[in-house]
Amino acid sequence: MATATNRMLGHLGDSVERLEDPPLVTGKGRFVGDINFPDQLHMRIVRSDHAHGKIISIDTSAAEAVPGVVAVWTTEDIDDVPPIDFREGSDPTLALFRQYPLARELVRYVGDPVAAVFAEDPYTAEDAAELVVIEIEPLPVLINADDTPQDFKGQATTEAAIVEQGYGDIDTTFANAFKVVEIDVKVSRHTGVPMECRGAIGRYDEARDVLEMYGAAKVPHRNRDTLCRMLNRPASGVHLFEGHTGGGFGIRGELYPEDVLVCVAAMRLHRPVKWIEDRREHLMAANHSRQQRHIIRAAVAEDGEVVGLDDELYLDQGGYIRTHGTRVANMTTGTLPGPYRFPVYRSICHFRLTNKTPAATYRSPGRCESTFVRERLMDAVAVAMDMDPIAIRRRNLISLEEMPYGRALDVLGDSVEHDPGDYAGLLDQGLAQIGWDDLQKTLAERRANGEMVGAGISMFFEKSGLGPSDGAKIFVDNEGFIEVVTGGASIGQGFETAMAQIAAEDLGTDYRRIRVVHGQTNRIDYGVGAHASRATVLTGTAVSLTAQAVRAKALDMAAELLQTSAESLTITDGVVHSKDNPAGPSLTLGEIAEALIPTSKLRGDREPYLKGEEWFHIDHQTYPYGHHIAVVKVDPDTGGVEIEKYFIAYDIGRSINPMMIEGQLVGGLAQGVGGALFEEFTYSEAGDPQAVTFADYLMPTLQEIPNPEILLTEDFPSIRTPLGIKGAGEAGITGAAGAIASAIDNAIGIPGAVTETPVSPQRLKKILRKHGK
Amino acid sequence: MSDKKDITLTINDRDHNISVDPRWTLADVIRDHCGQTGTHLGCEHGICGACTVLVDDTPVRSCLMFGIQADGKKIRTVEGLAKGNEYHPLQKAFMENHALQCGYCTPGFLMLATGILEAQPDISDDDLNDVLSSNLCRCTGYANIIKAVRAARDEMKAAS
Repeated sequence: MATATNRMLGHLGDSVERLEDPPLVTGKGRFVGDINFPDQLHMRIVRSDHAHGKIISIDTSAAEAVPGVVAVWTTEDIDDVPPIDFREGSDPTLALFRQYPLARELVRYVGDPVAAVFAEDPYTAEDAAELVVIEIEPLPVLINADDTPQDFKGQATTEAAIVEQGYGDIDTTFANAFKVVEIDVKVSRHTGVPMECRGAIGRYDEARDVLEMYGAAKVPHRNRDTLCRMLNRPASGVHLFEGHTGGGFGIRGELYPEDVLVCVAAMRLHRPVKWIEDRREHLMAANHSRQQRHIIRAAVAEDGEVVGLDDELYLDQGGYIRTHGTRVANMTTGTLPGPYRFPVYRSICHFRLTNKTPAATYRSPGRCESTFVRERLMDAVAVAMDMDPIAIRRRNLISLEEMPYGRALDVLGDSVEHDPGDYAGLLDQGLAQIGWDDLQKTLAERRANGEMVGAGISMFFEKSGLGPSDGAKIFVDNEGFIEVVTGGASIGQGFETAMAQIAAEDLGTDYRRIRVVHGQTNRIDYGVGAHASRATVLTGTAVSLTAQAVRAKALDMAAELLQTSAESLTITDGVVHSKDNPAGPSLTLGEIAEALIPTSKLRGDREPYLKGEEWFHIDHQTYPYGHHIAVVKVDPDTGGVEIEKYFIAYDIGRSINPMMIEGQLVGGLAQGVGGALFEEFTYSEAGDPQAVTFADYLMPTLQEIPNPEILLTEDFPSIRTPLGIKGAGEAGITGAAGAIASAIDNAIGIPGAVTETPVSPQRLKKILRKHGK
Repeated sequence: MSDKKDITLTINDRDHNISVDPRWTLADVIRDHCGQTGTHLGCEHGICGACTVLVDDTPVRSCLMFGIQADGKKIRTVEGLAKGNEYHPLQKAFMENHALQCGYCTPGFLMLATGILEAQPDISDDDLNDVLSSNLCRCTGYANIIKAVRAARDEMKAAS
């Protein structure tokens, strides 16, 4: 990187330093906690300490009497505010299960917001919150999604939905199978846990009748639309502002009860209202994720072809259905077949409420879970058929010749059609790079010498770039500075840098001259935000198309001024000049911009300004792919697992910034290791959460995370995007639990031993004891 | 609840004469009453290390100390690392090695590493890993943080 500083920097494929970094390493970041407004109030939420019960009474009088307390609200104070609606629009079939900003009649999990205290400072608000007395009549607590569903408000059961997907004749296929292999596996409840807790500031500008919310993230435009719908306000009168965001991972930035409360309170109390979550609240109130149990069976032919897959799963949604609706169920059932052919398939998801924190998406939602389940099954099929685990996978991979490969499955409204890719070819490259055969020999020798060491593999396909559309605007000012305005979001992934690199490519300028705007709903009408690895694919392509349009306009204007043809010109370092004679007559982008101002006589009949706005529309998502390989060592005395070596192979299509892509893969892997070995939200029978501090919710430190070897290929640029790019945000996590589980089985010599994540020391000791090891 | 005491906090060589509640944490005092918001709070129970600052040159979790306990002590935060327009070697190394993504834990890692490299310029890779494993990062997977701190250690040693 440092070697490149003397040339025009930051085009596609360059691992340049990030534009985001200087303020972040000097303490100049603007996270929501760093933002304050004069006369602001501080909000503290009083949360239920019962997992399920009827609210008998709430006594706020003692809290209200505390000096400095301005108001204490219960749901009766905001009985005109509807429950929080779904991000993608209303859904009458699920409407009953939505969460009110403050609990109404019932509490449904420990952490459910019941009252809100507004005070002059956060210490006072927290003191007063302690004085709110809530009387609850306990109701039966439902902890497990695979137990019999209970009544929900006398109008439904806690089985809120059944989501089913599939194709082909399951019954005949299984009746005629050579062998049927069945497993019963669980993924634990865990989640993103960004280092910054959530926060929101509501501010009502009465002079202009504009409601503002600071602390927005991930999907500011979608949240604006939901707020407008809930509060009956015009989009022109609600602005959301994203500042720096301390990690997203899918959970930060959805519209939560607290976000709605600060907005409503700002309007009704006529003062800005700030809310900053603490970690204990975060671990019981922000979205959880992942918890599923799958009972899945494979119908196998004599040669090892898996001819049918039949899955029944229980998804633990927690207390309510939040903004995502049933999207995790849809993605799980839509992606379970992964990179394999599986000609007949069925998955039935029991989407059930329990009395735990509501669940939603966490990095690689649905794919992380389904990949673990599917790869556990492939290992089990290999054992049942007495075949090598690599051979069984090869036998079933979709081949390059079959691409693009369509399936009668739906992922978020998009029918699945695999982009061309060579799954077996990348597997060959990966196995060669890691020296798989030699590795097997070495590990066998070490096992013969008494060590518990083993290797495992997990293959996956990812999804990215869900459409249908995104737009971007570019403006070049008279000094030649460039502003790229997007509706994307920056959650730490390097969005600004990636967009600047893409724009710099066509504008022929240094990426550091480009300012990238994101997450400001008053700057652009529409935006997809940052989720599901789509920002670079969708917004990036829109930026590229816009940059091309602005380039064309610049060259057209310059051609007239320089008395030449646009085709003979190019742009280097912000200067338009002749391709053949770089030292000849030239114009800067700033000079061209000046020639295009509305009053310019040079402009002719061109539209004013050197600017553009273009849209990108995509028919199908892109489906990047790869595999993970783990080598682990198990300590039979402690049940601890040490990851000795880790390898990730991934086809990205085309890199914008390889350094940032590798950063995404390694960072994703760290979260994958956490979910595979350490992280779990456990509950008591009474529904009390047992992991509400970092002493109980164990996130990996650098001692637990391997530095993986990465094979990043660009063998198959996506056919769905003009730049060929595919998403990178989730591939580091998707394959982790499957590869680690497989390696642990191999290390302890017990096929199919791991049926549940995280493989904690306690769980592993139990497995070893059961098998007399 | 209020029984305020007057104290002087010296943050990055600048004196802040303020009146504090004895129960206010050092982190809150630095952020809310001295306006230095570069120090971040990640857990407020002493585990994640995002709020690490140097108190008399020793790394301290500012969420576990009261502001009043720092009266008269020399506090250094991330805002004081760069000298004018000159980045500290650690800041440079973090940017060059992509050792940050969201940047929320970064000030804590920078101050922890500053403290340890000043105290032990020759610290071994293994010992460095032990020290750095006391802070949490959720974005990077740590590999680039290790790389960056080692690079800064080597550069600081060469320059001394």
